[in-house]
Amino acid sequence: MTAAIASLAAHWRNPSALPGFALSFGFTLFYLSAIVLIPLTALVIRPWSLGFAGFWQILADHRVLAALRLSFGGAAIAAGINAVFGLIVAWVLVRYRFPGKRLLDALVDLPFALPTAVAGIALSTLYAPHGWLGEPLSELGLKVSYTPLGVVVALTFIGLPFVVRTLQPVLSDLTQDAEEAAATLGATRLQTVVRVVLPTLTPSLVTGATLAFARAVGEYGSVIFIAGNLPTVSEIAPLLIIIKLEQYDYAGASAIGVIMLTASFVLILALNLLQYWTGSRR
Amino acid sequence: MKKPPRRSTEDHPLVRVVLSIVAIGFIGLFLVLPLTMVFSQALSRGLGVTLAAIEEPDALAAVRLTLLAAAIAVPLNALFGISASWAITKFDFRGKGFLTTLIDLPFSVSPVVSGLIYVLIFGLQGWLGPTLREWDIKVIFALPGIVLATMFVTFPFIARELIPLMTDQGREEEEAAASLGASGLRTFLRITLPNIKWGLLYGVLLCNARAMGEFGAVSVVSGHIRGLTNTMPLHVEVLYNDYQFVGAFAVASLLALLAIVTLTLKSFLEWHFAEEIAAAHHH
Repeated sequence: MTAAIASLAAHWRNPSALPGFALSFGFTLFYLSAIVLIPLTALVIRPWSLGFAGFWQILADHRVLAALRLSFGGAAIAAGINAVFGLIVAWVLVRYRFPGKRLLDALVDLPFALPTAVAGIALSTLYAPHGWLGEPLSELGLKVSYTPLGVVVALTFIGLPFVVRTLQPVLSDLTQDAEEAAATLGATRLQTVVRVVLPTLTPSLVTGATLAFARAVGEYGSVIFIAGNLPTVSEIAPLLIIIKLEQYDYAGASAIGVIMLTASFVLILALNLLQYWTGSRR
Repeated sequence: MKKPPRRSTEDHPLVRVVLSIVAIGFIGLFLVLPLTMVFSQALSRGLGVTLAAIEEPDALAAVRLTLLAAAIAVPLNALFGISASWAITKFDFRGKGFLTTLIDLPFSVSPVVSGLIYVLIFGLQGWLGPTLREWDIKVIFALPGIVLATMFVTFPFIARELIPLMTDQGREEEEAAASLGASGLRTFLRITLPNIKWGLLYGVLLCNARAMGEFGAVSVVSGHIRGLTNTMPLHVEVLYNDYQFVGAFAVASLLALLAIVTLTLKSFLEWHFAEEIAAAHHH
């Protein structure tokens, strides 16, 4: 028996001259299970206490559907905005030289470092009807705070670094040989960028935008202050989870949680496939 | 007078100017302006009012709780990060890629869901709820729940910093030490730790910033009891919803300062120890 286990273990792991495998692997597995895997299992199991029909009923609710639509739709629009402007920011940071570039580069990480609640109240005050930006915008007839547009603004804030930081290393590694060759062969600069540069960047642009999207779907802190949280209009899915929890509707909260978790898994899988696909093409 | 021809891989000067303005404008509008807003609102009634709002007992209690939660969560995650990267980078075993994916998992879970999962286990109607109640142990709406939620959201930071770094560094140095008879602990302390110290510090820095600033996950498990279970970000929310804007922005400005210090140290580490931090930095 012991011999069988030992041979199984030997088959599973290559021999190593270094000590500490059992300790480090054991602690890793224990900590991972206790903090991440078991609690996530609790979430996945919970809504099924209502049966499949009950689960479906929660999700078919008008208010839940509207919240999910806003979280996913808002995240998609924000990811699109970030794809465009993130590409420009990354391009400028990698290709151009100008004073203050390092500062600008460091600032890109601000949404990672600034607590979401701080970003939330700042954006909300900024875009409020009498805020620095809210006042001029409202004169143009644009209401941002307390509308779905406010949700998109907050999600754009939160997602920008994902696109820029994914593109930057790829842009730096991109040698200018191909661009030179295209130019030598008579391509205009626009043709070179559209035909040579952009196709090379597309996989990382898609990856960055997907990361931004995944983060934005579940975002809570930066959104709730600017959103106004009007049910079925500007109420995001994570907030609805909290509302259901406050009503002790654990199953309802978990059902929405499971949908969001599933969406994240699908996105991770898609990204892995994309990486595998672009990796094997090279 | 003809200007020297532009290199074929350079953008037209007009394009450069326009793109630079768009990039700087976008960062100014979406990142710098909100940051400026925090400090300008915090100081809008003068520095005295700002300081008074920070020295108020509930605010101080929130600062203490935030520091305490981070002081527990960050070292534990550092221990995990070191242990996981040792197992993953110094040994060959099956399922390594899957394990790495699992470690990254908390990054793709919504903060609110990250709090919810602990309520489902430790809450009154959770798996362990009745048992905990019998023994009079409070996890949810108390410090343990806040620490657990913080640990979950900051779980991958240090591990994902160390795994690529230690993969790059290989195992030869450690194997040499071990073959000369050094113990595992000695090998780690004398060889590995000096090699990874800047990467470890980098991971701890990012982990700590997120731990002190986490809002959604902590919000679910905290119960928002003023002076008791409010961390700084939660205290900001309570004050803001109470229309105490100067107070809210005063506490928020402390968190914004933390963000600025974090970014400064992060950039410093990236500029000076680029080789000793992991090659790729995607978050």
